[in-house]
Amino acid sequence: MSVIAPNFKFSEFVKSILDNAFWILLIFVLIGLPAVQVILFYIEMPVINGELLTPFLALTWLADPSRTLPILKAFMTTDLFKIVAFPGFGFAALIAAGTIFVERKMLAKLQLRVGPFYCGKFEGILQLMGDGLKLISKEIIIPAKADKPIFWAAPVIFVATAAAFVALIPVAPGWVVADIDVGLLAVFAIIGFFPIITILSAWSSNSKFPFIGGIRALHQMVSFEIPMILSLLGVVILTGTLNLSEIVESQTNFPWIIFLPIGAIIFFITILAELERIPFDLPEAESEIVAGWLTEFSGMIYGLVQLATYLKLYAFAALFVVLFLGGWTGPMIWPPFPEEIINEGIVMGPITAKIPGLPIFSQEMLNGVLWFVIKTVGVIFFILLPRGVFPRIRIDMLLSLGWYKLIGLAFVYIFIALGLLYAGVLGPGGIL
Amino acid sequence: MNTELPPGLALQKVDERIMTLNVGPQHPGSGHMRIIVQIDGDFIVACDPDPGYVHRGEEKMAEYRNYITNIPHLERPVIHDSCNILYPYVLGVEELLGIEVPERAKYIRVIAAELNRCVYTMYWLAIYGIFLGHSTMFMWPAGDRELLIDLLEKMTGARVTHAHFVPGGVRNDLPPNFEDVCLRQVNYFEKRIKEYAAIFYDNPILIARTANTGVLSREDAIRLGTTGSVLRASGVDYDIRKKEPYDVYEELDFQTNVLKEGDSYARSKIPWLDMLESCRIIRHALQKMPKSGSVRVKLKPNPKGGDASVYKRVESGRGSLGCYIVSDKKPEPYRVKLSVPSFRNLIALPYLLKGEKLGNMPSVYWSLNYWPVEADR
Repeated sequence: MSVIAPNFKFSEFVKSILDNAFWILLIFVLIGLPAVQVILFYIEMPVINGELLTPFLALTWLADPSRTLPILKAFMTTDLFKIVAFPGFGFAALIAAGTIFVERKMLAKLQLRVGPFYCGKFEGILQLMGDGLKLISKEIIIPAKADKPIFWAAPVIFVATAAAFVALIPVAPGWVVADIDVGLLAVFAIIGFFPIITILSAWSSNSKFPFIGGIRALHQMVSFEIPMILSLLGVVILTGTLNLSEIVESQTNFPWIIFLPIGAIIFFITILAELERIPFDLPEAESEIVAGWLTEFSGMIYGLVQLATYLKLYAFAALFVVLFLGGWTGPMIWPPFPEEIINEGIVMGPITAKIPGLPIFSQEMLNGVLWFVIKTVGVIFFILLPRGVFPRIRIDMLLSLGWYKLIGLAFVYIFIALGLLYAGVLGPGGIL
Repeated sequence: MNTELPPGLALQKVDERIMTLNVGPQHPGSGHMRIIVQIDGDFIVACDPDPGYVHRGEEKMAEYRNYITNIPHLERPVIHDSCNILYPYVLGVEELLGIEVPERAKYIRVIAAELNRCVYTMYWLAIYGIFLGHSTMFMWPAGDRELLIDLLEKMTGARVTHAHFVPGGVRNDLPPNFEDVCLRQVNYFEKRIKEYAAIFYDNPILIARTANTGVLSREDAIRLGTTGSVLRASGVDYDIRKKEPYDVYEELDFQTNVLKEGDSYARSKIPWLDMLESCRIIRHALQKMPKSGSVRVKLKPNPKGGDASVYKRVESGRGSLGCYIVSDKKPEPYRVKLSVPSFRNLIALPYLLKGEKLGNMPSVYWSLNYWPVEADR
């Protein structure tokens, strides 16, 4: 059975390759090229040195290498780059992948074991890639009586919603995908989507354990959304804006956590619950309801849900940093770009190469990104830590925590914020 | 034709609010059995434990083997506690055949039984931890268990299925230098399990979650016939090692742990306290053990019992474990009946779970100190 290609014929091998090449070429010519042209028609290209950056212009770096960096720099200001690569999806996915690795290794160290070890040369660093490959290659099994369109759509919508959340996070001055004036309101709107997706996917699988898990997730998310929104109200009262970039800029002197520690604590507890992390992982409580609302997911559907979960983790941690820890603000620790390279060029033996377009990123931006990443990683660490220390709590304890304690505490905190505002200490026109 | 479906498969006309959940046998929170749970919202209306998924007919198998060849398969119901499950059988056969056991063998048996009790309890504790969602409490006991498994491997040659107790003593003598190694490992083990209090038993979330859930009163605990840690957690001071001392337990210095609450928290704490007590017993036994001497009485091949029956019981990791042997002058026993603590403790489950929340099901279920394979035999 396991003989590799028992009836191997070279002619058929060549024919199969040619067949494949033919179909790839046909699909590319009929669908791919028109699609690329349509996309290029609609994307607004930036202007550099008075010329519009077209794909043809972008290729001129082949003839004139000195144009490489300006073209690259211009490309980085496009929306496409922002959405796909830097402040958007790529950056968030990178941090999410790092989070998964750090979580597994850290938890392993805490529990006196090794964790991922064999995949990749160094300490199992490629374990996530291996897991991803495994998930992609697995069969997707759908329950016979499931509502198939919704069952398929829910994980995709989950990823899309988490990515939309990521798009609202300002990473460095000017580096945000969607810089809108009602940024915090948009965050609330997106958070409101998660319970709907959860209950849709749970209900559509037509199975008992996912259904119970979905109902639990609904209870948990709805009851913790209210203290979460209240905990952010104090910051809004003191800054007078909903724009996340402006909230960060209001913290150049001190982060809000110094004056609003209660709000920060409430927000931290609620993000643990929204993220379904231990001790609030009731929707996925394995000893009670198998895997909760994830029970029927298999293969890459499960992979998508996990991706979205960790994107959400990054987005919530980044939101905590933006609102309470001052986002990208921090002392300048990034070294300045050496001016002589810009003025005099780089001396490489007999040749002095002048590279126009340097520096690609400004010092402020790099410093801001560094501070932002340091703070976000710190917050993610504290989100991961309870997993090694606490058991799971029960649903009635969870609800009483959400509805009685956290909401009560949130009102106390709002009065503190209002007091600080009317006393003239903080806020618009305040002393500090 | 009247075909009766087993409970849970039969279609029952129930209230529309009530949902029937089949927890198990393929469920992370069930063990090798099924619990049919009927829930109304988050509250358990009725619960029907359905053991028998891993029934292996150990008692019937024992009727076809002679007294010695019965030993390896009779320890299979609880391989993590294999010394203790063989203990009553071996004591019974010794009484049937009229064998006097050497003093050193008795001490070795007690040490092996106490080590094995700790090994079992650590495994149980690991599963209790993961049932409560505490992954560290799964990894730590599962790792620290290896200390004692190494000791038992030195002693008996096998990691879990020891088959070390034989009628007339133990299979072989202790290896050289065993006493020192044992003392060192047990001291370290005791230090380790004392650290569990900080992360698990004193954890405020754990106490809030398990205290006052699944309360078994003193009267109910006696009436339902529970044994071992479940009985002692309900305030009954009952330990076979004290009440009917076997081998050398009456010469050793130890106490039984009794708590009055009778809730899941007390039931989960008793085995942990027992492990600390076991460490004391092992140290004391190592002191008092004769340093040399025979450890096994030579038996005739195919020994035959008289026309008699004997019932012996010991305190295993889960409670009173009895073995009833009937002999009819043949090399094989006529009947071997194991009276196992797991099944006695399982009887309390429907009473404890009625009216509880679904989230309490794993903690109450596993706090009964229950081993599904042993209940099925």
